[in-house]
Amino acid sequence: MTGLAFLIPIALGMGLLGLAAFFWAMRSGQYDDMDGAAVRVLIDDENDIEGDT
Amino acid sequence: MNAPPLSIAPDKRTNVSTRFTVPGMRCAGCIAKIERELPKASGIVAARVNFSAKQVAIEHDRTLDEAGLEEALLKLGFEAHSIAENSLGDEPKERKVLLRALGVAGFGMMNVMLLSVSVWSGADGATRDLFHWLSAMIAMPVIAYSGRPFFASAWMALKYRRTNMDVPISIGVALATALSLYETITGGPHAYFESAVMLLFFLLAGRVLDAEMRERTRAGIGALLGRMGKSSSVIGPDGSVARIPASDLEPGMLVLVAAGEALAADGEIEEGVSAIDNAMLTGESTPVSVGVGSVVHAGAINLGAPFRMRLTRTADDTALAEIARLMDEAGQSRSHYVRIADRASRLYAPVVHTLALLAFAGWMIAGAGWHQSLIIAIAVLIITCPCAMGLAVPTAQVVASGALLKRGVLVKDGSALERLAEVNTAVFDKTGTLTLGEPRADIAGLDDKARGVALGLAQASRHPLSKGLANSLRQAGVTAANIEAIEETPGEGISGRWDNMPVALEKPDAASGDLASLLRIGSKAHTITFADPLRSDCAQALSELSASGINATILSGDRAAPVQAVANELAITATAEASPADKLSALAALRDAGKLPLMVGDGLNDGPALASAHASIAPGTASDVSQQAADAVFIGEKLMPVALAVRVARRTMAIVRQNFALAIGYNALAVPLALFGYVTPLIAAIAMSLSSLFVVANSLRLAGAAK
Repeated sequence: MTGLAFLIPIALGMGLLGLAAFFWAMRSGQYDDMDGAAVRVLIDDENDIEGDT
Repeated sequence: MNAPPLSIAPDKRTNVSTRFTVPGMRCAGCIAKIERELPKASGIVAARVNFSAKQVAIEHDRTLDEAGLEEALLKLGFEAHSIAENSLGDEPKERKVLLRALGVAGFGMMNVMLLSVSVWSGADGATRDLFHWLSAMIAMPVIAYSGRPFFASAWMALKYRRTNMDVPISIGVALATALSLYETITGGPHAYFESAVMLLFFLLAGRVLDAEMRERTRAGIGALLGRMGKSSSVIGPDGSVARIPASDLEPGMLVLVAAGEALAADGEIEEGVSAIDNAMLTGESTPVSVGVGSVVHAGAINLGAPFRMRLTRTADDTALAEIARLMDEAGQSRSHYVRIADRASRLYAPVVHTLALLAFAGWMIAGAGWHQSLIIAIAVLIITCPCAMGLAVPTAQVVASGALLKRGVLVKDGSALERLAEVNTAVFDKTGTLTLGEPRADIAGLDDKARGVALGLAQASRHPLSKGLANSLRQAGVTAANIEAIEETPGEGISGRWDNMPVALEKPDAASGDLASLLRIGSKAHTITFADPLRSDCAQALSELSASGINATILSGDRAAPVQAVANELAITATAEASPADKLSALAALRDAGKLPLMVGDGLNDGPALASAHASIAPGTASDVSQQAADAVFIGEKLMPVALAVRVARRTMAIVRQNFALAIGYNALAVPLALFGYVTPLIAAIAMSLSSLFVVANSLRLAGAAK
């Protein structure tokens, strides 16, 4: 049962980490253009200087 | 290019960002084309596409205005409309709040479930108590945070002595939490924390979908009154000219209206002769000639020479503002519409609460003691809590609106789909709705040279006929001839020199009723006729509507003769020369006769009718105000999307009803268990997830509904 003392905080910590990652992703606009992200992979890079798509 | 010479390096202050809706973007190629080609135009620094919202954010030099940017996009082949910055307002914020609540609920659900599974698989004694305490510590803040949207809405409903879906939800969640807390403190065997959190998670998922749908389409529709002039050049008594914002204009001021400028107030022309485009007010694309003494209205665009006008009505007094007010009032009646989810909960909630109460009373009479009876009553509430019901409506509507979006119909929100499904009569405007609303030139009679000259002349003018001609020619792949010394005489035409010959595009000599212009090249003359053709599939769309029991009629502000001609061609009834108020009363008469009318119209004069009809659809070419007032907007040159929207809306409501039956049926199976005290938290959790899964799966069947 002493294992619980470690395992529960670890489980909770990982959950909180996931929640923090979700909040970060939302704030940085990862969910703003879901359909766009899906079709952007199909764009060929014409010149490799501008690789920002 | 016109940047001040001091700032050689790109100065951030000289660049501004403007957003446009571009409904024509359909593929990756479109994104690449816009993002790569647009910055090559002078003055444009960068362009970024948001494909989901069909928007382009353009960072550009301050000297470029919206019209210039729209033209740059048009050159790439995309029609665009600018979006007023503030019009997007609260909607994305609402979705973000819901998404955050969903994230927190998801986190809570997973962790509480982890602990609950251990309890279900046999943890007892001190371990079970510890796990219950841990669950309580996670669940309490999560419920307090994620439950806010429901608690707030339920509280509002109760305050006004009404009930909605959120009332039974809030009662269920609050009681389940309170009972679980009591069990935890007294060391009891069952805690329902995971049920409460899971319920919130599923319901929030439904709310997020609902908000997502509203945001997606609202963003795709332009801004209210965006095209009305925002300011005017007022001529002072001493002859000086000053720009004054529309809200500060006063009757009696003398205003100078430049060519191409939108009017910001109503007035009377004192000096000058010109032609104005009244499309925003009337939806008619034919320009109106005006001279001294003519009355002109805010929202009209001066196509010809500059003129001076004396203002008569300003700010909130203008004809445009009057229509906006009419619309506002007309829209009030619609706000009384009760969404299907709330109607269902009006029936459902009393049944559930009575059942729980009866269970409590029954077990008390049977002598089970108040603690045992209360646990059973709450178990009944939890098992019947409308978890799948919260998903029943939004999942179906989101899938349907996604399917419709792919076919060029933007439905504004779920309530619009519900109302569209109920309509049983349709009222169409003529110009711009049944017809394309823009003059199409007949260029078959012109040879290649004449076409080139015509395009060279036409593209230099803002006149609607010139624009229509230029469009037709560009579509035929014509390259413009290089015309020199182009000169435009308002009301007469446009002229220039080509190949040492005088060329001109002018008003035809004979004052016939038909739209036409005369192309002169040297001594030769060609007459180009224009027509505003019916949408190609009008008859088909109307017959599909009537097959589904919806009779169509025309209600137009146009003259009787052309309206009757269209009505005869389509074999439907028609009313002509109807003012916005007439249209409103015609719709009111239909409603009084027990009909639920669908209004399809585009002009600003249709605005009040669109707002007051049971449901309404506007074409993508409609005035901003009409698009704002309508429940749905369709894009393209076909009328079929109107019939399609109604068909899909009806199919959606059928699926929604099935979902309700599934959700209630599934819960009903578990109710006897709950009544006899056999429901454990495990059974509650399984019943809840399974019924939600069934509902979502059933809704997904709508994905192909728009084919």
